[in-house]
Amino acid sequence: MAAEKYITSTCSINNNRVCHNGEAVFASETTALDEFLTAIYQHLQPGYAKFYKMDNLSKLGWLATEVLLKSFDKNYYQPEQVGTVLANANSSLDMDLKYYDSIKDVPSPSLFVYTLPNIVAGEICIRNGFKGENAFFVQSKFDATFIKQQVDFLLDKNILQACICGWVDVLGQDYQAKLFLIEKVKKENAVEFSVENINV
Amino acid sequence: MIVNNPGSIPEVFIVADNILSPIGRTTAENIESLKQGITGVKHHTNIDITPNPIAAALFETDFIDIDKNYTKFENLLISSIKDVLNISGTGYLNEKTVLIISSTKGNISLLETEQHTDALNTRMALHTSAQLIADYFGFVNQPIVISNACISGVMAILTGMRLIQSGRYENAVVAGADVVSKFVLSGFQSFHALSSTVCKPFDKDRTGLNLGEGAATVVLSANKKNDNDVKVHSGAISNDANHISGPSRTGEELGFAIKKALLDAGITAQDVGYVSAHGTATNYNDEMEANAIHHAGLQDVLVNSLKGYYGHTLGAAGLIESIITIHAIKDGVIFPSLGFEGNGVSKPINVCTSLTEKPVKHALKTASGFGGCNAAMIFSK
Repeated sequence: MAAEKYITSTCSINNNRVCHNGEAVFASETTALDEFLTAIYQHLQPGYAKFYKMDNLSKLGWLATEVLLKSFDKNYYQPEQVGTVLANANSSLDMDLKYYDSIKDVPSPSLFVYTLPNIVAGEICIRNGFKGENAFFVQSKFDATFIKQQVDFLLDKNILQACICGWVDVLGQDYQAKLFLIEKVKKENAVEFSVENINV
Repeated sequence: MIVNNPGSIPEVFIVADNILSPIGRTTAENIESLKQGITGVKHHTNIDITPNPIAAALFETDFIDIDKNYTKFENLLISSIKDVLNISGTGYLNEKTVLIISSTKGNISLLETEQHTDALNTRMALHTSAQLIADYFGFVNQPIVISNACISGVMAILTGMRLIQSGRYENAVVAGADVVSKFVLSGFQSFHALSSTVCKPFDKDRTGLNLGEGAATVVLSANKKNDNDVKVHSGAISNDANHISGPSRTGEELGFAIKKALLDAGITAQDVGYVSAHGTATNYNDEMEANAIHHAGLQDVLVNSLKGYYGHTLGAAGLIESIITIHAIKDGVIFPSLGFEGNGVSKPINVCTSLTEKPVKHALKTASGFGGCNAAMIFSK
């Protein structure tokens, strides 16, 4: 039997703008992605120095999650009941190119570890203590139908009770994050978890 | 598409499989090599990806068929899938079947041989390879690509199982591959994670892992094809939420995934006859995994790691090792964990040291990877 599921929060970061539940919460004039990500971090002031060690894909997904979870009470769930289903088109290519450039000198383990797309999920889990299932898919473009099917299965089968899902992609100066928090509890302003409502 | 009665969850069987590795082009050839104790891990000096001597399981030139229209990574997948489709016969290319591809670094070696352009970015992408392979064989559905570090192969099987259980597809062709490149090699070297000799999982003298190349494919189906087809019973995934490149100190999170898989399969630790561990032979991985095995109450069950035969084949590892696990159930044969002489973990586990014949009804496959991810999967007779 399918459980009722709701989108209880959304966050998108693109075109120099951060939106939470459809409303702009931060914007910047800067055109460089590195600077934009740092500016978002400084705006949010999460006090998390590890942020500066991350690659741009992890920074983007991590910041979007910070916004997404603004009013999320993680104590409501067991650590194993929260997970992620993420996708993008370029895998970790942005970091792959930077790492490959660096190996002419001395290869760095702290760069190499980010040459996997699922590290962004690892960073989100470390920050929030989430220990449930993580999955990372590579798709030519955001496949809302597929992502919804995956999340439906995890929530319907009680593998997870809350799931962060969506798209997080970086290559050079091109970037896009759109994340959704899916829960079974209907909260204020929550909308139905549907393909249409995540295909925005 | 609903292919089953509403409310009934179909069982999922492995109806065909292939391992393409330096020790064999088919599963049968691989099993024969394992029986003879042959390892694919060899010492290499002066190869083009590194000036330093390394121990790795690499394909020799001419061992694999190369179609010049495809990359080495894609050729490995094509060869492996071709073999399973030969075994399984026709009927797996239609709208009832989904193709799932698992890899960590796919075509990354193109950075080492090609001029870098925007077109190369697209050509390298995992979804490009997946579509090329789907088109090569004529799979009609959009392929799925999983890239979840070293649990990719196990996760790909789990994803296929779920897509069949949910009634979305009747069959899944699940293939994984990875190639050893200068890129990957330099990264593991930078971690000081590589052993200069054949690796020794769980051993007191272990000094790290070997990298390996390989591909493997399973055909999953809701329709049993042969009497002895093994069932994909259950699986679970967890995250350590601890460190992106170091595993959990306690192993509780992999332990959780194992316990969840046991619960879902409706079996107890006593029912498990064999554990195919990730066993990379790094200090941290093996220590964590032994802890997890204890957490799940499996410390007395026969365990091996196949990394001494194959090296760590990354996105292919979970598939290659699952296939050997499936054949342990079919044939009642468990291979010795190559390189193991004496216990090297705080909480000892029952590592298999000689070719053991015993009936196995249920077997567990585990995997863990960067990003703190863990996977556990139960296969059953």
